[in-house]
Amino acid sequence: MATVELRFTALPEHVRTARLVAVSLARSAGVDDETLDEVRLAVGEAATRAVGRHRSSCPHEPVLIRLTDGDGRFVAEVVDVAPGAPADHAQATDAVPDLTDHAVAEPFGIDPLDEPLPDGIDLAVIGSLVDDVSVRTDGAGSVVRMAWPVESGGGSTGAAAQPAFGTPPPSA
Amino acid sequence: MDLSLETRTEGDKTVVAVAGEIDVYTAPKLREQIVQLVEDGKYHLVIDMEQVEFLDSTGLGVLVGGLKRVRAHDGSLHLVCTQERILKIFRITGLTKVFPLHGSVADAVAAQD
Repeated sequence: MATVELRFTALPEHVRTARLVAVSLARSAGVDDETLDEVRLAVGEAATRAVGRHRSSCPHEPVLIRLTDGDGRFVAEVVDVAPGAPADHAQATDAVPDLTDHAVAEPFGIDPLDEPLPDGIDLAVIGSLVDDVSVRTDGAGSVVRMAWPVESGGGSTGAAAQPAFGTPPPSA
Repeated sequence: MDLSLETRTEGDKTVVAVAGEIDVYTAPKLREQIVQLVEDGKYHLVIDMEQVEFLDSTGLGVLVGGLKRVRAHDGSLHLVCTQERILKIFRITGLTKVFPLHGSVADAVAAQD
């Protein structure tokens, strides 16, 4: 097992950094190329959700992303500590809400033109992308945990038993 | 990578060529561009997404907002996108049914509303 933790101020510009780090580590861990696009989008959605929750209730607290490689899996956990953030309307499931009518016909909230997608769309997208996903929410915050299989013997070093990003560079 | 936007007129439509990543950080820039075009009376838009490298639900929200804005003026919003990784999020959210998607700018410009 090898873990990298990324902790960042809840600002939109850091969501991209979270995506880049997650994809880089997933690639090193041996996640296949096609799945890397899913890692990029799912971690981005989860990080965006966490940043939004922090900005609405605890903007000075950092968001934590924990990336773990081991046991044949690459796991990304996106942790927020937003205590007062409203509960999500959606859980991460395969069932993406039908946006067809919503997007063109229904009125929304205070400024319908700027917030056109329903709450929970982020988790719905994650749920439809990632097979192994869980969301745990309590009064102190929430954790979105996503896992992807790693190709056997994966990792750029070819060392099956050793996580690639826990391995020192060849020159070391 | 930031988001770059280039706007030009083709036929009776305004084409916005988008390059880069559309996410929670950059989406406001795209929204401002669309809002400005609508304020300027440009109600028939083509968003060329062939150079877009990443699109998330925040970006989708901006596109849906743009669609609602132009439709309020009996306008249209066409998308140009052939990249599978970008099309995927339109599919999983059902938005392929909402946006006219085209394989080229020429097709989008020629489309009758």
